[in-house]
Amino acid sequence: MYLLPIYALLITGMKSFEEVNLYRMWDLPAKFSLESFTTAWFGSEGQGFRGLSPNFWNSMRLAVPATLLSALLGSMNGYVLSKWKFRGADALFMLMLFGMFIPYQSILIPLVQVLSSIELYGSISGLILVHVVYGIPITTLIFRNYYATVPGELIEASKIDGAGILGIYRHVIFPISMPGFAVVMIWQFTSIWNDFLFGVIVTPRPAVQPIMVALNNLAGSYIVEWNVQMAGALLAALPTMLVYVLLGRYFMRGLLAGSLKG
Amino acid sequence: MKAVASEAARTRVASLRFPNADRVISLLLIAPSLVALAVFVYGFIGFTGFASLTKWDSLTPDFTFVGLRNYARLFDTTRFQIDLRNTVTFTVLFLALCLSLGFLLAVLLDQRIRGEGIFRSIFLFPLAVSFIVTGVIWRWLLNPGSAQLGSTGINLLLDMVGLGFLKTGWYTDPKIGIKAVVVAATWQMSGYVMAMYLAGLRGIPVELRGAALVDGASEFQVYRHVIVPLLYPITLGAVIILGHISLKIFDLVVAMTGPGPAFSSDVPAFFMFDTTFRGNNFAQGAGIAVILLAMVAVLIVPYLVYSLRTEMQR
Repeated sequence: MYLLPIYALLITGMKSFEEVNLYRMWDLPAKFSLESFTTAWFGSEGQGFRGLSPNFWNSMRLAVPATLLSALLGSMNGYVLSKWKFRGADALFMLMLFGMFIPYQSILIPLVQVLSSIELYGSISGLILVHVVYGIPITTLIFRNYYATVPGELIEASKIDGAGILGIYRHVIFPISMPGFAVVMIWQFTSIWNDFLFGVIVTPRPAVQPIMVALNNLAGSYIVEWNVQMAGALLAALPTMLVYVLLGRYFMRGLLAGSLKG
Repeated sequence: MKAVASEAARTRVASLRFPNADRVISLLLIAPSLVALAVFVYGFIGFTGFASLTKWDSLTPDFTFVGLRNYARLFDTTRFQIDLRNTVTFTVLFLALCLSLGFLLAVLLDQRIRGEGIFRSIFLFPLAVSFIVTGVIWRWLLNPGSAQLGSTGINLLLDMVGLGFLKTGWYTDPKIGIKAVVVAATWQMSGYVMAMYLAGLRGIPVELRGAALVDGASEFQVYRHVIVPLLYPITLGAVIILGHISLKIFDLVVAMTGPGPAFSSDVPAFFMFDTTFRGNNFAQGAGIAVILLAMVAVLIVPYLVYSLRTEMQR
């Protein structure tokens, strides 16, 4: 049952155009063909629609830097909020966490105004900024939980050796942070890649849009055959599917961290 | 537990001791994030709240104060009334289906069956996919086809296995509308609930079940009186997470159905997008956004406060 949609997605994508027929959509393809994929990727000049390839690369240029930046910020915040707590640090952390639950509709109107006034509206850089800022709560949460498992003695010992806050981060914390970075980066990459709302609001120009917005446009257009839409859906899902298949273990941990105290 | 407490005590003592330079640097490290969130979350919410009290209904901002008029009008609008009903329907069905299916799958996988890893991966797989992709796939799966040309998608499949009487119009039928979206959302999210429950089940000591069985309880009674109560915290967590997702549901509706016939699959998040960014009725959009935020806050804030309290007690 769970695989049914994936089955439909795969066999439809692999059928040639002559074979594609909605009324026989569950039949296996008679001969293997990648036409649907190439059309979804490159577009069709004859029918007048754009392919997904430029948007795929837009998403890459968006998701990679935004993931790195928000992971770095999350790591620093998590370090301070777990190992250098000050009065009110926990309450402040809760205020930060609230930011990951809000419906983004409640910030979109001023967001567009502010991005326009700093001339980042309509650009990938603008989207990077947005994803980094709204990624802070979840990345901070995951790193704070991760660093809570680091024994306090380790920090104390370094302090006695005369190390300061930055030295301890560089020589003690950062080297053991890789599992934390893996979880956070996979989580952020997946959610930024899969985002639709920020993309559709911040980048109105089709040439700049990330892939999920482009896929939705492709699927909403009446001139595009349904097999091309299905092939496009598979292409758009491919990177996160690969991440899941290769690094599923870390993906799981991020997922459970997302449920707060997991 | 004791170890945790003593560690917390140590951190507290240590925090009294650390040198001033380090304290300043620690604040400088988190300052950019704090400022960003203060502006982008709290500042922006404040502005949206303010905008919802103004007359701003075109591309040029008009900040004439009109009090709660936008809210009064909203609750009088048929579309918004339908949206609120749809949200309730969606939330109830989505929660019921995800929780029961997730629990069932977790119990099945907990029996140490062969190929458990493969099954787990299959059930979790949809989570890696975006709501837009899910929406595109399910729009075709739940496309009913037509009476003249024949059935398509799931309807066709029902025909093929001889269950043709179960065929319906899915999202094209205003009586079903948003419920068709629930099917797709459940496909995507029930694996998540399964993962949470499975982690919980694995955390229950085997002796506990064994003891109850020795006392003469049936397998079913063990689940009812021992396992389910022990999993309450996980159920609560799942309800909060799924509940706030269902209040915010947007992408899936956009990709799968749009507002549907007679707004039968419309939701507040989509109405907000529609009226603000297509209709330029910013004040009305801000009003919907504030109502959405209030609904989510009612769910999330008590949970956050509760988590903070339990953490401080440790």
